[in-house]
Amino acid sequence: MMRLLAALFRHPSGRIGAAIILVYLVAALLGALGLTPHNALKQFPLDRLKPPNATYWLGTDLLGRDTFSRLMLGIGQSFVVAFASVAGATLAGTVIGLLAAWWGSLWDGVLMRIMDVLLAFPAILLALLIIAIVGPGTFTSVAAIAIVYTPIFARVVRGPALSLKRRDFVDAARTFGSSERYILTRHLLLNLVAPLTVQVTLALAWALLTEAGLSFLGLGTQPPAPSLGLMLSESKNLMQHAPWLMFFPGLTIMVGILGFNLTGDALRDILDPRTERRTA
Amino acid sequence: MSYVAQRLLTFPLILLGVSILVFVAIRMIPGDAITAMLGTEAGLLTPAQRASLAAYFGIDQPVTTQYFRWAAGLLHGDLGISATYGKPVLQIILDRFPLTLELALLSMLIALLTGIPLGVLAATRNERPSDLMVRILAMLGQSTPSFVLGLLIIYLLSVWFGIVPTMGTFTPLNVDPLANLGQMIFPAITLGFAFAASVTRISRSAMLDVLSDDYIRTARSKGASQRSVVWGHALPNALIPVVTLSGVEFGYLLGGAVIVEQVFALPGLGRLVLDAISQRDYALVQGTVLFIAMNFLIVNLIVDLLYVVLDPRIRLGGK
Amino acid sequence: MTALLSVRDLHVGFGRDPRANEVVRGIGFDLAAGETLAIVGESGSGKSVTALSVNRLVDFGGGRITAGAIVLQRGDGSTLDLAQAEEHTLRHIRGRDIGMIFQEPMTSLNPVHTVGRQIEEAFRLNRGLGGDAARTAAREVLERVRIPDAAARLAYYPHQLSGGMRQRVMIAMALASSPRLLIADEPTTALDVTVQAQIMALLAELREETGMAMIFITHDIGLVAGIADRIMVMQRGVAVEQADTAAVLDHPQHDYTRHLLEAVPHFTAGRATRNDGTRGTATAPLVTVDGLVVRFPVGKGLFRKPGAVHAVDGVDFDLVAGETLAIVGESGSGKSTTARAILGLVQKTRGEIDARAGRSRRPIQMVFQDPFASLNPRLNVESLLAEPAIANGQRKDAALRRRMLVLLERVGLPAEALSRYPHQFSGGQRQRLCIARALMLNPDVVVLDEAVSALDVSVQAQVLQLLIELQREFGLAYIFISHDMAVVERIAHRIAVMFAGQIVEIGAAGAVLADPQHSYTRRLIAAVPAIERRKEHYTVDATQVPSLVRPAGYEPPPAHWREAGPDHRVREESA
Repeated sequence: MMRLLAALFRHPSGRIGAAIILVYLVAALLGALGLTPHNALKQFPLDRLKPPNATYWLGTDLLGRDTFSRLMLGIGQSFVVAFASVAGATLAGTVIGLLAAWWGSLWDGVLMRIMDVLLAFPAILLALLIIAIVGPGTFTSVAAIAIVYTPIFARVVRGPALSLKRRDFVDAARTFGSSERYILTRHLLLNLVAPLTVQVTLALAWALLTEAGLSFLGLGTQPPAPSLGLMLSESKNLMQHAPWLMFFPGLTIMVGILGFNLTGDALRDILDPRTERRTA
Repeated sequence: MSYVAQRLLTFPLILLGVSILVFVAIRMIPGDAITAMLGTEAGLLTPAQRASLAAYFGIDQPVTTQYFRWAAGLLHGDLGISATYGKPVLQIILDRFPLTLELALLSMLIALLTGIPLGVLAATRNERPSDLMVRILAMLGQSTPSFVLGLLIIYLLSVWFGIVPTMGTFTPLNVDPLANLGQMIFPAITLGFAFAASVTRISRSAMLDVLSDDYIRTARSKGASQRSVVWGHALPNALIPVVTLSGVEFGYLLGGAVIVEQVFALPGLGRLVLDAISQRDYALVQGTVLFIAMNFLIVNLIVDLLYVVLDPRIRLGGK
Repeated sequence: MTALLSVRDLHVGFGRDPRANEVVRGIGFDLAAGETLAIVGESGSGKSVTALSVNRLVDFGGGRITAGAIVLQRGDGSTLDLAQAEEHTLRHIRGRDIGMIFQEPMTSLNPVHTVGRQIEEAFRLNRGLGGDAARTAAREVLERVRIPDAAARLAYYPHQLSGGMRQRVMIAMALASSPRLLIADEPTTALDVTVQAQIMALLAELREETGMAMIFITHDIGLVAGIADRIMVMQRGVAVEQADTAAVLDHPQHDYTRHLLEAVPHFTAGRATRNDGTRGTATAPLVTVDGLVVRFPVGKGLFRKPGAVHAVDGVDFDLVAGETLAIVGESGSGKSTTARAILGLVQKTRGEIDARAGRSRRPIQMVFQDPFASLNPRLNVESLLAEPAIANGQRKDAALRRRMLVLLERVGLPAEALSRYPHQFSGGQRQRLCIARALMLNPDVVVLDEAVSALDVSVQAQVLQLLIELQREFGLAYIFISHDMAVVERIAHRIAVMFAGQIVEIGAAGAVLADPQHSYTRRLIAAVPAIERRKEHYTVDATQVPSLVRPAGYEPPPAHWREAGPDHRVREESA
């Protein structure tokens, strides 16, 4: 683990990605502890639509709320949804993909066809449908995004699991009489950690994107709680007068996604056995 | 040709799963259908009136019967009647579909025309400045949400040119192609940017893989030029992942770009679903969602069949 | 200087700092027109890099020529230093003056183009032929490399051809331009031994016909005796010895050459077999295999076709304690499937496999071919060695650790190895680990599936010696699966020859090798390269392996066995 982090900080773009994630995590943590420059929910009626200045670093919105403080809370909100939903999708997808590969034949067919059915819906549409059933909110966003990305994890796990299953070391384990559980955990899962790490990082980027998209449509986090997507959609009609209201939340979302994408790519470089061979 | 047969057989299977899922999901939306249809007036109904309405819409039947009725209707192209529009759902969908199709095609055109050449260029200049530039651009493209880019484009257009590209009524392609294109080009660029970024990245990595394959060395040992090696020997082998990705993205785009349609105020399929959900127009939600999922499945079936053209090992059965 | 090719003080490096990472360090040789030079060495010796430097394909693999000259005499008599030449010049040299064939015929042809198109491209590039002229030329060259039904094969894609056929296509492509120099980089390593003999015969014939010079790269010093005029032996980027074939093989000057020649198991037709067999003294067999049949369905799921692949079709043998039974055959003969069926890794269709209850609950253990694939890369040696014990209910305690240490020491690995991971070991060391692991459960029988095939020759000899010692020490019985007759000769007490899923000949090793009775055994033995066979012509033979896919309900005709000696049985061949 430490070796991986060290390698990440040696990687030129991984360093940038990891730094972005770190800064965002700190911002989210401070926001959660209430350590924002201003109260993010408080309205300052006299300071409506202020452009960025010394008091309000990134300006204020129509209700006179501090953009910077709201961004800090918004990042926290996005991260909670992204991490929770990706954790759910990773768990469910890994179990489904692993068992489909291990049991094979009929189980494989049934499980993966169910995944195919889920994949037939565009992510936002599936999320919309789930939100229509359960009603919008943080938990719904988490559940919706988790369900959307479960089939992707199932596919990501199933492919390598199938090839691991045919590897000689699994055959060797069978000749010793190792238990299924031992083979599944030590021989399959342990070797899937690397591809899963990459996939989790990239999925966090998509989850951030989807969460912001849902909030943008008004179907994610509900006001008055600050969320990046919502801030952006509120800015739409004010962009001529207060472009900072659009610019900063947009930039925050983009850089956050960039951070995870850069890290994911770097991890892929680091963990890919082929890169070892290329540099060898 | 067991590969083709297999694809053709799983297609209806998944379609069946999709229809069941859509049907069940709609039934799970809270509130009963009659209240949803009539709104507050539903409160005025007597129990007997309610029952007769329920019988009329068939919702007094067991769920399985309801499903089979609905599915039987589907086979005749009957997706039901929209409560809000008072028109057949299929007709509403088909009214909206041309815009969605045009947007998807334009975006894919942009993505493929920029993505493949950039990806190939980057792969052949691996680790050189031009490769780095392309990779940075692709990374930015992949990290920019469509609504951020869309809003930015709208903002820049209004500041620099004083035009508001979106608002106002939509002009269909067959009415005024130029005006239509003027309205469609920016949403298409917005969607195409991220799409192009994905195509660039996947073409680059597929080309890098292929360029280190043994048969590339063979081609060079014959004295083939760099151009013939790259475009004649490597690219055809690198196309499969590009086609797969493009198929998936295009398939999803045919489901309407909910967010970009919202940003640019375009009346496509995406906004239709969004509106239908907020208005609790169940028949419309059900029909549209099914239509969208089916589009995706059809596009992917076509992609599966394209593999047959692209890869003789699939066509002729590999070892 | 009249040499066709003259290489002087060649240095080739890789990476960001090629001078610091030199793989070839000062190679020089001359090659006259029509002459054949063999470059011999183990993996990492720089032999392939040297070959790839000659036509500068090494540039595309990240290599740089850091010093030296490669002077080629061109067709018009002018000379050119390839080490200094520009890419656009080199392009015309490749193909036209220098043709090349590679090790992996399976991956060296473009999978999306037909064979015909790929050969025609060579004609177009180097002879300016197009259209029908190119097609006719492609057909003719395919005929020249003895591909039957050449006209039809032009429309084939590479995956529709066998490995041997693909290598012929590669040769045809290289011949398209009538090069004056052909570089062959381990062209037969990936092929079966009888196919190897075919390709060698073909290369020798074509060389006579065209008068081209050849650089032949190989790890197998035994193989070059038949084709090379001169031999250059490479080790760690340097040529340690370079002389006429006879001189190198008969009077090697350098220690490494002598070492290579000793390490390479020379096939001696049964004169070097072991004489410590236990068959005479054994009371009852440890393992009896009776009527073993393994069939695989063709196609899968709904698309299952009638009929089956008859991978193993009625195999019988037995094995006594302390003895080695070698099962030899080529790819597709069913030898590995037999091994896997004995371990229960594939489902047998019928037949009996009786293993006498022995010293442990799992009396049969296995060592696989690829030591890189058979050890989980994420587990350290301690976990790897503990796995069999844990699987059989033992606890990870001091006693288990002691057993690990004893076995590690016995296979020649230090105690510190316990905390290391597989990637920190060489191929030979990994195979030792696999052997130690197989012995953890104290088995009676170890199945060795091509267990030394992936190793370099000098490592191979050491591991073989280790196996023989362990066998004596622990009274182990081995089932030794191999395609390599020379290796088998060193370790086997008895030999079973498999062909198309059946044993065609079985008996004492000396008898089978010295006096082969079945036509297939004879062919197999005739194909084994040997350093005694100098400039000997292999005969071209177009016998094809029969398809193993049989129609539903097919049963092989009953076997009729003929006794050829005290312990030597041969299957009667149907006319």
